[in-house]
Amino acid sequence: MYDKVFTAEAWQQAWDVVQSEFLMGLWETFYVTVVATFFAVLLGLPLGILLVCGDKDGVFPLPKPVLSALNVIINLLRSVPFLILMIMAFPLARLIVGTTIGTVASIVPLVIAAFPFVARLVESSLREVNPNIIEAAQSMGASPFQIIMKVMLPESVPSLISNITIALTTVLGYSAMSGIIGGGGLGKIAINYGYYRYKYLIMLLAVVLLVILVQIFQSIGTRLATKLDKRLKNR
Amino acid sequence: MIEIRNLTKTFNTSDGAVEALKNVSLTIHDGDIYGIIGMSGAGKSTLVRCINMLERPTEGQVFIDGTDMGALSQKDLRKMRRDITMIFQGFNLLMQRTCLKNVCFPLELAGMKKADAKKRAMELLEIVGLPDKANAYPAQLSGGQQQRIAIARALATEPKVLLCDEATSALDPKTTHSILDLIKDINRKMGITVIVITHQMSVVEEICNQVAILDGGVVVEKGNVTDIFAAPKSDAAKRLVFPEGFDAPVVESFDNERRIRVVFNGADAAGTPLIARMAVEKGICANIKAASTKTIGGKAYGNMLLGIPGDREVLDQAMRYLTAVEDVVAEEVND
Repeated sequence: MYDKVFTAEAWQQAWDVVQSEFLMGLWETFYVTVVATFFAVLLGLPLGILLVCGDKDGVFPLPKPVLSALNVIINLLRSVPFLILMIMAFPLARLIVGTTIGTVASIVPLVIAAFPFVARLVESSLREVNPNIIEAAQSMGASPFQIIMKVMLPESVPSLISNITIALTTVLGYSAMSGIIGGGGLGKIAINYGYYRYKYLIMLLAVVLLVILVQIFQSIGTRLATKLDKRLKNR
Repeated sequence: MIEIRNLTKTFNTSDGAVEALKNVSLTIHDGDIYGIIGMSGAGKSTLVRCINMLERPTEGQVFIDGTDMGALSQKDLRKMRRDITMIFQGFNLLMQRTCLKNVCFPLELAGMKKADAKKRAMELLEIVGLPDKANAYPAQLSGGQQQRIAIARALATEPKVLLCDEATSALDPKTTHSILDLIKDINRKMGITVIVITHQMSVVEEICNQVAILDGGVVVEKGNVTDIFAAPKSDAAKRLVFPEGFDAPVVESFDNERRIRVVFNGADAAGTPLIARMAVEKGICANIKAASTKTIGGKAYGNMLLGIPGDREVLDQAMRYLTAVEDVVAEEVND
């Protein structure tokens, strides 16, 4: 399959596509990823907080059935393969965006796939907060809301940023998949040329760009997380 | 005044119910530095957490200045907690906030204006001797410095009671001493009642005036620190006061030797080289087989096991000599 990939003709074709479509593809991928992650965090963050605080030892224990229901819903959504979730989300996409095809429409299944994941990541970040610090805040008369806003979230900022970076790169990977059902971006370019028209070089170039994008997201996230962590000495 | 009445706390664990506290009653007067001492697992931490209702007692009540802590609504309890603050073994500072912001934290919770909170926090940093660390983060500070910041934070809301949960257990002896000095100072100058939870007798010795000894969730002894040190009655108290052992002879017995236990009950320690004087004046060369004594406020407390060579008459002579000294009790040991 890869024997005739790097011919002069292939390079010429690829260059044309790079010039005409890659910039738009890159923008669409970036835009979809960031917007979808934003909404996923918007839904996932409070859900993650609820999972931690609603625990029986949490700052405002929820009735056990409520907590169990939340866990089941999250696990259900997390276990549906993304490709199938995209199709299942068609009605919802039509309801919210008005269509099931296109870049904007692909944000809907991405958010549905990512927010339970984000909830779990937020949950693990918040569980890292030293329970003794929470107890200290309680001993000073902090309300559950104050504990969340002034202790748990600020104390876990570095970990939250690391985990949201993970979510961002995962959503980026999912967004490439949405090319199959008409989502835009680099994924669509890779699938259209590589899968449907056997232009493997174009596919490879699109993938290289995706890899670079992941690298950039990851290194920004890592740097930000370290920079904001005041537990690290000598800064 | 803090009154703990018949407090019982039972934890339900997977291995069944565990009684951490059994029918504990204590009265702590305003201005006291009250030590609660016991080995690990004796229930000290549970007891102190029941005072500010971080743990809900299973039975019994806690009254602070007449207010039944258990009967307060959540909101009133939170307000009350500004008057009963706490410091911890692990300091428990907010690691992502500067020291100044850490001290501001309880004031923020209470809804004080930012500028006012900052001003008050700076004053407190002065009191604990770390005004230059205002903009440093806790991770940049030593353990002793972190505890000072924690003390400043605990004092921010002008509490009436300060609870210290093993506050010096993670610190070296020198730092422990300086932190205890600070606590003593705060107690004296601000009139704050202090409750000190510890497993170290040295801490109680250094700052407390009252002490309760907790063993297996039960208060086995309580009272003035000097009284408990002078004559520990319970086994737990004896273990704590004389961790080297109460009666165990260090030197093997000779044949033809009788033993006397000498108990010092606050005898004038400085002026009486008792055993040496007995040797010179009576010609009785006692063999010190075990000794466990402490000096508290210039007085000797504790006991000593003497081996007296010779017959019955020598022994009686030694007994008469020793008992003649004020605050010294002597008894023959037969086993």
